[in-house]
Amino acid sequence: MTLAKRIIPCLDVDNGRVVKGVQFVDIRDAGDPVEVARRYDEQGADEITFLDITASSDDRETMVHVVEEVAGQVFIPLTVGGGIRTVEDIRRMLNAGADKVAINTAAVHNPEFVREAAEKFGSQCIVVAIDAKQVGDNKWEIFTHGGRKPTGLDAVEWAQKMVAYGAGEILLTSMDRDGTKNGFDNALNQAVCDAVTVPVIASGGVGNLDHLVDGIKEGHADAVLAASIFHFGEYSVSEAKLRMRQAGLEVRL
Amino acid sequence: MKTVAVIDYGMGNLHSVAKALEKVAEGTRVVVTSDSGEIRAADRAVLPGVGAMRDCMGELQRLELVDVIKETAASKPLLGVCVGMQAMFDFSEENHGVECLGLFPGKVLAFATDMTDPGTGERLKVPHMGWNRVHQAMEDHPMWTDIEDGAHFYFVHSYYAEPADPEIIAGFSTYPHAFTAAVTQDNVFAVQFHPEKSQSTGLQLYANFLNWDGQSK
Repeated sequence: MTLAKRIIPCLDVDNGRVVKGVQFVDIRDAGDPVEVARRYDEQGADEITFLDITASSDDRETMVHVVEEVAGQVFIPLTVGGGIRTVEDIRRMLNAGADKVAINTAAVHNPEFVREAAEKFGSQCIVVAIDAKQVGDNKWEIFTHGGRKPTGLDAVEWAQKMVAYGAGEILLTSMDRDGTKNGFDNALNQAVCDAVTVPVIASGGVGNLDHLVDGIKEGHADAVLAASIFHFGEYSVSEAKLRMRQAGLEVRL
Repeated sequence: MKTVAVIDYGMGNLHSVAKALEKVAEGTRVVVTSDSGEIRAADRAVLPGVGAMRDCMGELQRLELVDVIKETAASKPLLGVCVGMQAMFDFSEENHGVECLGLFPGKVLAFATDMTDPGTGERLKVPHMGWNRVHQAMEDHPMWTDIEDGAHFYFVHSYYAEPADPEIIAGFSTYPHAFTAAVTQDNVFAVQFHPEKSQSTGLQLYANFLNWDGQSK
């Protein structure tokens, strides 16, 4: 098999600045998303995801400019999530240079939006982001509002429904693990990955490089997403890839 | 100044293609255009494409670009990218079947959705999305200059081209069977992957295209 497993660094962006702290030894201003994206690109990131956490929709225009600037300098796939609610939001991000958009809450509120988006722009650029919490043995539920609001939707069934509606990829985050550094919820990853025909990106909980390997080997993920282990300079993307290769996984070095 | 035309028919991310070309276009002007005159006047052209085949062919016809693309294919370096490459074949199975440009004999087929990796038994997802190795079938072709045999390129597609004449295959990848990653005939070169998303390797391919005289040696 020669299709490489992907490593995707994720940047949380608030009003045009990277938040949750990003530190590189030799970068003076690590809060600049363009600088950070360039650095991850140099390290061999396979894609980059930007999550716009800007509270006010008035400031969302800032994200468009960030994407424009990154896209002129970084020639790998770019995904933008956060606040994608209308066809117009998608069009603006794609025109700015994003390759994919991640739809989260808007899909829960109106699944038809995913169908409309896939028909208009093609499944290849529509990622559905799923935030799931364990609610029983091998049972996970979709939550919105940063994990505070239950929806009653079963994560596996929801993922299958979103693929049927045209999602080209699933970004799956364990709300139980997010921020813990205890590793992915690989039972969740496996349940969703094995249930859908499209690629799945595992997210939430990465604390070391072995967790990335586990997400693929145990969780059956096609790609792994991480933020803090790369941001604080604990590990570089290139180190992560070497570890994955040592574990016998196909990666792009 | 030399000019490269990026053919704009409203499909997909033309800006990425244009930005990548601009990055390597020392001494070449990049024009994004749907104007036949501008395409005719350019020294070379790129036919990009993202999205569904029926829409792509529909827009090419609506904008009356079919003739100028055929003319370009017969007269100067032309590069097809992704759906732009698929559109160069006779026919695609996508959208219940679409007649295409017919620059290359052959058809475009769907990946099966029940494929597994023969080595690991792992289920293979469709779209084929991510970085895969491209093995060069014509190693001394100028479009492969300074690109390693087996280099990774970024793909995202659910359909693949099957040329009637395997001699035109310039590169292939596997998923899990070998499929066409690049084809070439005379002054036309076409790739299934996205050079504009394939980092430095992809930029090298665009640089090679801007230097290409349309010959196979």
